[in-house]
Amino acid sequence: MHRLFAALALSLAPLAALAEEVTTYTLENGMEVVVIEDNRAPVVVHMVWYKSGAADEPAGVSGIAHYLEHLMFKQTETLGPGEFSETVAANGGTDNAFTSYDYTAYFQRVAADRLGLMMQMEADRMNNLVLTEEDIVTERDVILEERNQRVENEPGALAREQLRAAQFLNHRYGVPIIGWRHEMETLGMEEALAFYDLHYAPNNAILIVAGDVAPEEVLDLAREHYGPIPAEPNVPERFRAQEPPQTAERRLVYEDPRVSQPYLTRSYLAPERDAGAQEKAAALVYLAELLGGSNFTSEFGRALQFESDIAVWSSAFYGGVSLDDTTFGMVVVPSEGVSLDDAEAAMDRVIADFMANGPDPDQMESLRTQLRASEIYARDNVQGLARRYGAALTSGLTVEDVQAWPDILQAVTAEDVLAAAEEVLDKRRSVTSWVIPNQEVLSQ
Amino acid sequence: MIRLALAALLALWATLAAAEVEIEEVTSPGGIDAWLVETREIPFVALEVRIRGGANLDLPGKRGATNLMVALLEEGAGDMDAQAFQTAREALAASYDFDVYDDSFALSVQALTENRDAAMALLRQALIEPRFDQDAIDRVRAQVIAGIRSEANDPNDIANAAFDAAAFGDHPYGSDLDGTIESVTALTRDDIVEAHARVLTRDRIHVGAVGDITADELGALLDKLFAGLPAEGPTLPERAEFALQGGISVIDYDTPQSVALFGHTGMARDDPDFFAAFILNEILGGSGLGSRLMTEVREERGLTYGVYSYLLPRDHAELYLGSVASANDRIAEAIEVIRDEWRRLAEEGVTAEELQDAKTFLTGAYPLRFDGNGRIASILVGMQMIDLPVDYIATRNANVEAVTLEEINRVAAELLRPDALHFTVVGKPEGLETTTN
Repeated sequence: MHRLFAALALSLAPLAALAEEVTTYTLENGMEVVVIEDNRAPVVVHMVWYKSGAADEPAGVSGIAHYLEHLMFKQTETLGPGEFSETVAANGGTDNAFTSYDYTAYFQRVAADRLGLMMQMEADRMNNLVLTEEDIVTERDVILEERNQRVENEPGALAREQLRAAQFLNHRYGVPIIGWRHEMETLGMEEALAFYDLHYAPNNAILIVAGDVAPEEVLDLAREHYGPIPAEPNVPERFRAQEPPQTAERRLVYEDPRVSQPYLTRSYLAPERDAGAQEKAAALVYLAELLGGSNFTSEFGRALQFESDIAVWSSAFYGGVSLDDTTFGMVVVPSEGVSLDDAEAAMDRVIADFMANGPDPDQMESLRTQLRASEIYARDNVQGLARRYGAALTSGLTVEDVQAWPDILQAVTAEDVLAAAEEVLDKRRSVTSWVIPNQEVLSQ
Repeated sequence: MIRLALAALLALWATLAAAEVEIEEVTSPGGIDAWLVETREIPFVALEVRIRGGANLDLPGKRGATNLMVALLEEGAGDMDAQAFQTAREALAASYDFDVYDDSFALSVQALTENRDAAMALLRQALIEPRFDQDAIDRVRAQVIAGIRSEANDPNDIANAAFDAAAFGDHPYGSDLDGTIESVTALTRDDIVEAHARVLTRDRIHVGAVGDITADELGALLDKLFAGLPAEGPTLPERAEFALQGGISVIDYDTPQSVALFGHTGMARDDPDFFAAFILNEILGGSGLGSRLMTEVREERGLTYGVYSYLLPRDHAELYLGSVASANDRIAEAIEVIRDEWRRLAEEGVTAEELQDAKTFLTGAYPLRFDGNGRIASILVGMQMIDLPVDYIATRNANVEAVTLEEINRVAAELLRPDALHFTVVGKPEGLETTTN
């Protein structure tokens, strides 16, 4: 057990003085505890993050992590159907949960003096979930309707699924978090409980409490409620099948009459933030901003929307919090009368020019300022800070990595950005997707 | 996610919240009123500005002018073209978010203490001296038209547009504030300049400010920001009459899941029964509790991922609306269950236990909304937009507690009219046809 203040962990003056106050502990059963103090309002966010997500599912049962997330709101040995959320609401709180590739997380937002009750209930459902056949059948219909709403009714989402599947040749990141429909239809009690029994345990979980709390009190409550739950000795090592060398560019055309505006996206396999080695990812953050962050001042924006009339919209994006290799993406929506072919060629010319000329020094400095400011603005949202820690700690990073990240971002140089671009923007590791309403678009 | 977050809907009710925040009423030397919470923990200020009027002030035949004008405010001002303006803003790491709604123009600002004066001077130029360069107009017009095209293919947007058109006809509420491809294509620079003069006026400004700033500093800042805008704006539109009859409209669209928007008339925000109606809706279809609609349509039958209802008191009409989405072969059943629940609640009312649970939730949840400078500033300006006094915060929970079972069930019988509910359904729904009750 140790206690760590952010202000001590950082050495650079301005950002260190602004950093949030974070205290960490580890319970004897292996559960990690992170406390973020913010006494501006009498509110607390209580979160439990499991280091298991969609990418940890066995083959053939895609969507089981997310389906289980839904089932966790049913009943336990002591709480009746729906009683968990009813109790949160009866205390003026709100609750929800979310599933990603690398984590599944549950949270409540309540008055700070209700923290103990939240822990009591969350600890209860970590070990005592009860499922009925009726819940299984009804909730499976609900997740299928969720898939209908988020994916089947959204041509852009269907296109993204195909792109990810083509991007990842071997890794589970190529399978949708919500699941492939034909596998979701077969999910049942046995699969849900198998995933629950193996993954829902204190030694696979991180407790994050953020808000108007004292760290010692959180520790006492955590010991009382989570402490008695035994560790699960069989929690599997988090090894997912890794990507082989990607050596062939992939190209897709996704056709759907519901597409109103043809567009193209490209995704490249890219390194993620690694513990103790986040510099390359920091450079990729700049690269995304420089290429396509602002429609007015980025390379894509300037070349495709201002100096020419090739695009009506363009963007580049990168998210570095991921346990395994992630992606670097870009999108161009051509102006009316501009073909996808011409738009893609123009996009590639912008990239080539950037590689030849390097980043604009003024833009580099402006981004540095904006990233520093974003740390100040981020402190206004304590739930956002809690999510930042939860996502990082379930994706292989440490509290020290999270706290070092703003300074690592400040230290990125133009050379770092170019080196990262050289490595990542390799078409052999890319997928380019054209999203169109019909084939006639291609012959225009 | 177990439930879809409904930030937009919740924002309506944020105005009812309260907590231990100390609000200072500020009047600038130039006469602009603002509400301020001074809090110095984080070195920035969040500013929320609303000007009543918004897209309702579009002139006949110029639908979309206000929207296009507002989108152009960040596209160059004074001697700076769009790129120069944005370069200056980015160097200050300030954010200016301009938005437009039917009833109002909205501006959300975040600025660091270290360069606040420069950030506000730049913002002032955008508000007072926007350039509206022709190349910017054409570029942003193309983006707006791309958005209109995309809405024409989105089932939810199709449903909204059809519902509003049938409900409100020629009133501005009857059409999308984006305008149509034809109306937006025809807009000239003169139309944009005129929209700017009509919509950004000083007589209808409301301001909420939270953060690292004193009352004196805020007063001076507001005078600098808004001096130079016209003193008065044009007359606001007439009341909008809701013309939609009970029934079902089916709009054929080839997609696997049908979406339905439903509703009838609602209740004005200043109606003495509003608190009762507000609690009633929380029980029927609110997102905080396990509502009756969620229980019956989702938990019991698995017919949807989400079903919600909400009161929508607008400036010129009051609506009671809801939404649901279900696979084409299940939407008919979902609609039947919703109508049955609407009827059951109108006829039988809520139970004493339901009323108590809703009160407990609503009164307990209210202080939780006051965390964060940006969120508090939004609440402050929202309260002003619906004419609530500063001390409303202290009485709000007592008003919720005061609603009796008799009261809420009388309101249920008056407000909920199952036969007047109109469902606009977009998709390939099985077993549903366009009907009028």
